Amino acid sequence: MIAINNYLALASILFVIGIFGVFLNKKNIIIILMSIELMLLAVNINLVAFSTYLNDITGQVFSLLVLTVAAAEAAIGLAILVIYFRNKGSIAVEDITEMKG
Amino acid sequence: MIVVSLLFYLFSFIMIASAFMVILSRNPVHSVLFLILCFFNSAGIFLILGAEFLAFILVIVYVGAVAVLFLFVVMMLDVEFKSISSTVISYLPIGLTIGVIVLAELMLVLFTWKRDYSVTDNLSITTDKQYSNTEIIGLVLYTDNILFFQLAGLILLASMIGAIVLTVNHRPSAKRQDINKQVERDAESSIKNIDMKPGSGI
Repeated sequence: MIAINNYLALASILFVIGIFGVFLNKKNIIIILMSIELMLLAVNINLVAFSTYLNDITGQVFSLLVLTVAAAEAAIGLAILVIYFRNKGSIAVEDITEMKG
Repeated sequence: MIVVSLLFYLFSFIMIASAFMVILSRNPVHSVLFLILCFFNSAGIFLILGAEFLAFILVIVYVGAVAVLFLFVVMMLDVEFKSISSTVISYLPIGLTIGVIVLAELMLVLFTWKRDYSVTDNLSITTDKQYSNTEIIGLVLYTDNILFFQLAGLILLASMIGAIVLTVNHRPSAKRQDINKQVERDAESSIKNIDMKPGSGI
């Protein structure tokens, strides 16, 4: 069996790539949503790896719930994106300054 | 055994490379396609780990639904293609700082953690080979974890209603059914007698 540290290293590298995607991308908010999906995938890999190595199915069940939340989040995020694009004609992150946040 | 290791490293390498391409590629459509590649490779890694059900759910739900949703939105929105490199310079210091900090912390955890063998003593359901992976998940999901299952359904329902309410587009010019108007309609309000002379129009 492959050592569990390999899976954890893979998941942490993937998570950091997701963080880079969120921070470095200021043109296209769709890429940011995809980076969030990457981070959730990294979390899923961690959960499944520990589920297998600790011989406990609960990790895989929780991973299913993470999948559900990720799908819901993608749907809501894309819906907000579509209505924002319909109103403003742009989805660049730099242009979204209505709330002065 | 060596084959499994080679497969693991192949899947991991392609996965990390395609994850880099997701955030670096100029065209958002290419990003979505690389995201799909990343999901396929993680499904392979789940198969290596023995989680067949999650692997196929990942392919069906993510590649079949979520990635296609992304593709639809990317193609509908008609955004201009700009590379990440045009703005990367100004945000590189903060991004690099936080990324390196998170990576360092994760690596610290990774190389110092020790497994606590006493945890496995109170397991109720294990991943024994007596049942298949899907059977075990089914046995647990609908009995012990029924609350979480129902909550997941509720989250999906809420997100579905939210997405529909956000994107529905009421046009005043569109004809639609008005039940009240239909029920209140009677002969007096809808029939008009006209006294017409022979040979002339209305």
